[in-house]
This record gives sequence, C-alpha cells and structure tokens, in this order.
Amino acid sequence: MSARMPPEPVGPYVIGWAVLLLLLGLSVLAAYEPIGPIFQPIVHFGIAATQTAIVFILFMKLRGRPSLKWVFAAAGFFWLMFLFGLSTVDYATRSGFPLR
Amino acid sequence: MFSGRLQEQYTDSTQQSETAQLGMWVFIATEVMFFGVLIFSYMIYRVAYPEQFRLAGHDSFILLGSINQALLITSSLTMVLAVRAAKADQQRALVLLLGVTAALGLAFLGVKGFEYAKDAAAHSVPVVDYIFKPGEHRPTEIFWCFYFVATGLHAIHLSVGIALVLILLVRASQGAFSPGYDAPLEVIGLYWSFVDCVWFFLFACIYPLGRAGP
Repeated sequence: MSARMPPEPVGPYVIGWAVLLLLLGLSVLAAYEPIGPIFQPIVHFGIAATQTAIVFILFMKLRGRPSLKWVFAAAGFFWLMFLFGLSTVDYATRSGFPLR
Repeated sequence: MFSGRLQEQYTDSTQQSETAQLGMWVFIATEVMFFGVLIFSYMIYRVAYPEQFRLAGHDSFILLGSINQALLITSSLTMVLAVRAAKADQQRALVLLLGVTAALGLAFLGVKGFEYAKDAAAHSVPVVDYIFKPGEHRPTEIFWCFYFVATGLHAIHLSVGIALVLILLVRASQGAFSPGYDAPLEVIGLYWSFVDCVWFFLFACIYPLGRAGP
C-alpha cells in the first residue's frame, strides 16, 4: 500500500507552467492593443478561462478517466450560468438602469 | 484531515484520498459561486459605465498585477511538484517545495501590500481618500470598490492557503507523509491552485482596462 511509486514525469507540469506564463504575457500585450471595447473583455476573459482550464486539467488533475470529481468541478460553473443568465435578464429589462 | 492513519470507513488509502479530494471539489464549487457573483456585479457596472471603468482601470498598476500572477503560477507548479515528491517518497524535496510555495505566496502578499500603498498614494481609495482625475465621475469609485473588495477577499483566501501550506511543511518535516498517505497535500494543493485561478479572472477585470487609449 505504501510502496514507493515511480515519480510522475515533471515535463507536462513545466510545459503547463510555461504556457501559463506565455498567456500572461499575451494578456499584457493585448492590453496595449486597441482592440475595442467589445473584443477587449472577450480576449482577456478568454485568456483567463484558458489559463483556468490548464490549471484545472493539469495541476488540479482533472485529466484521466472519467470521475465523480468532474461532476463536482462542473457543478459550480453550471449553477453560475443560471445566476448569470437570470441576473442578466433582470438588468437588461430594467428601464432605469444605469442611472445617468 | 491531518490524521495519518486509514480511517475505518475506507477500504484503502486511495479511496480515502479520493474522498477527501471530492470534499474539496464541493468546497471549490461554492467558491466558484462566491467569486462568480462578485465578478458578475463588476460586469454589470462595467457594461453600464464603460468609459468610467476604462479611466479608472488606467490608474491600476499592471506591472505589479503581472508580477503577482507570475508568482502565483509558479507557486502552483511548486505545489503540484510537492505532491509529486510525496508520492515518490522524496522527503527533502517535499519540504523544500512546500517552503518555496509558502514563500511565493508571501511574496504575492508583499507585492499586493506595496500596490495598495501606491493606490493610497494616488488617492484611489474610495470613501476614505479618493480624488477624481480629469473626466472621472462617481462610477470610477465603483471600480475601486470592486478592486479593494475582490483583491482583499483573494488575499484572505491566499493567507489561509499559506497557513495551511506552513502546517503541511511542519508535518512534512516530521515525516508525516509517504507514498501511501498524501491526502492532505492533494487537498490543499487543489485549494492553492483554485486561488491561483481566481487571480486570472481578477487580473482580467482590473488591469487591462484603459491601456490602449480611447
């Protein structure tokens, strides 16, 4: 039970770390590019979501065979979609918001 | 959670470790909702007052935010390598990597404190000491309220993570972990990496705004 296992390869973790730093650099460079108010949040939140996916899959070990923890990992985001969706409908249909 | 022996309800240490990880994933799901609500409120006001948020975001310190993100990314690497070291029974590497992880977390808090001091010097602390720059109106204070609340909550989460990693460090130096017992390392590792992910989104909310001109 407590037998010493052969160490996992370090390579994927180091590559993941390098890609995360690369995405950070890309995010900083994109901040200084005039990509417009529509594309700016799409690019920056897209980079953040990509970084999160890398951390979830690699560092938080969601890779491999299907597991119950996938369900729990997805549950927070699933309910967040409802919260975002219903709240957006609320604000989008208000007549007095934003205040001017 | 820090008991080293196999509890009677589990068949083996793998099942015990996976159950502990599942518990942490449940907690992370609640944290996703917690920070998600915060970021949603930011989005509502950013859409409502885009120009004011652009002006306010321009006064944030993107270099310090980027250094902090690099520190957290590196700390996630050292944390996952610490878990790997425990599985391979590399006790000295385990202690060293946990120490580096805690040090990187403390470095993050140091940079954040320095950044807060610069924000205060620039009179960007809403309610307490806030001066409107040319073109700015009240909604810029909403941006800075979000900035301090969100980064403050993140710093509290990170402080808890540092304390937990330091406890792991002490126990690792006493030889508490082995290839057959690494559940606390796995669980705290999940929490640590999640706190890293929260920073990715806070960075996207705060620092890129207002850099590329109107």
